[in-house]
Amino acid sequence: MELVAQYLGSEGARMVVGLIAVIALVSVNALFLIWMERKVAAHMQLRPGPMEVGPHGAVQTVADAIKLMGKELITPAEVDKPIFWLAPIVIFLPVLLSFLVIPFSSTWIIKDMNVGILLILAFSTLSVLSILMAGWSSNNKYAVFGAIRSVAQNIAYEIPLLVTTMSIILMVGSFKLSDIVTAQSGVWFVVVQPLAFILFIICATAETNRAPFDIPEAESELVAGFHTEYTGMRFALFFLAEYTNMFIAAAVATVLFLGGWHGPILPGVVWFLIKVYAVIFLLMWFRWTFPRTRFDQLVTFAWKILIPLAFVNLLITALVLKLR
Amino acid sequence: MMSYFKEIAVGFWSLIGGMAVTIRYFVKPIVTVQYPREKIQMSPRYRGYPQLIMDPETQTHKCIACEMCVRICPSQLITVEGTKFPGEKQKRATKYVHEHQYCSLCGLCVEVCPPAALEFSPVYNLAGFSREDCVLDHLVLLQARQKAAGLPVTPVPTEEEISAAIAVEAAAKEAREKEAKAKAEAKKAAEAKAAPAKEDKE
Repeated sequence: MELVAQYLGSEGARMVVGLIAVIALVSVNALFLIWMERKVAAHMQLRPGPMEVGPHGAVQTVADAIKLMGKELITPAEVDKPIFWLAPIVIFLPVLLSFLVIPFSSTWIIKDMNVGILLILAFSTLSVLSILMAGWSSNNKYAVFGAIRSVAQNIAYEIPLLVTTMSIILMVGSFKLSDIVTAQSGVWFVVVQPLAFILFIICATAETNRAPFDIPEAESELVAGFHTEYTGMRFALFFLAEYTNMFIAAAVATVLFLGGWHGPILPGVVWFLIKVYAVIFLLMWFRWTFPRTRFDQLVTFAWKILIPLAFVNLLITALVLKLR
Repeated sequence: MMSYFKEIAVGFWSLIGGMAVTIRYFVKPIVTVQYPREKIQMSPRYRGYPQLIMDPETQTHKCIACEMCVRICPSQLITVEGTKFPGEKQKRATKYVHEHQYCSLCGLCVEVCPPAALEFSPVYNLAGFSREDCVLDHLVLLQARQKAAGLPVTPVPTEEEISAAIAVEAAAKEAREKEAKAKAEAKKAAEAKAAPAKEDKE
């Protein structure tokens, strides 16, 4: 252990510990979130949800994971093998890397980079690449359609996401996530820029392919989707990546708008997690309230409503900052 | 221009309205009855399998083995055997078997029974491991219900009792027929005697 610490230096040791913690967090988070999703969905539909396995179905996700691991990994005949195999891995990596810069509390950051928010936004775009890889390599025209629509959706919603983030960064003056949290010690940014918060949440649900914007996945229920040819553990990786992506999006929303780890009595980490899971509850609430948008409605909504509003917000922020 | 903003405002407000509905449902208690642990009470008119009514006065069944139910069952599932026991006024059922695995719960047997001896039971969770588990012997089931209610159990007549009763009844019937025959002959003899006297006259 000392040899490792000596070789890597304190930075490296911090990274190793952080990596282990992140892997643990990702697994526990996915387990918890899948259970939470099923319970929230159930209670919004006046039914109990999973109740059999464990108290109130708490162990249900573990049972499902074991079932998925036992399934056969089918590789269809004419797929593009390297890309087919890589796609689930590529969707998972950026999500794991985004955990590096998230401030769980004033001292709990693995690596406080100067370009923290930029890193997260850049990596979230990589997941779009993996969706395209999955759809294209599947040798299935419906999968390709699903993948193309998903790419169009993600690009369309990336723009208002970036622009609203810009409004916040203009106010703070730095890309560092810990700086953004520190700037909210007085008043949270959701109070100062409510429009930006609403736009950010809408774009976050679209970026994570959730709720009314889940056309890429939904077509897998109806006809086919980008992950139609994936079975067993590969499919599980896609879903793990989706729930972890939700966590990252909610964490970024918390850091940017809800004051990060600030809060009265409890330690910073606890407040951070409470806020993150509150935002995730909001995302789940959206899913079980709204019907799925049609693809043209989705794209129209992004280009004709969200982008102009985001730019108006940015303009007003810039004006106010300049005139102060 | 104004319609653009109005559309956004109206749309946004409708989204909030939808979310209010969902959150109200989230806090309402669930309506599911979680079956093996919680059960609901069936209504009095629920149609389970047809069973013999336990008459509150005689504390046994009312079946007289008339076999109306046997004849009317569209799937011919009922088997009834009965005989008249010495000392009783009517026939009594000694075997009442109903093959429930094919029963359509049409209720014709309940409707047609002259002494109204059949009713629908409230039992709904029948399950068995073989087809034979669904063949219901109603005299035995009646015994179980009597035992559960703490009442004296009506014994199912054994083969010897049945054949003894049949023999007694057959003997009694023979005796009656002999008597009737003797009476008829005596009457005929009396008429024959009276007739030649009439012919003689003419």
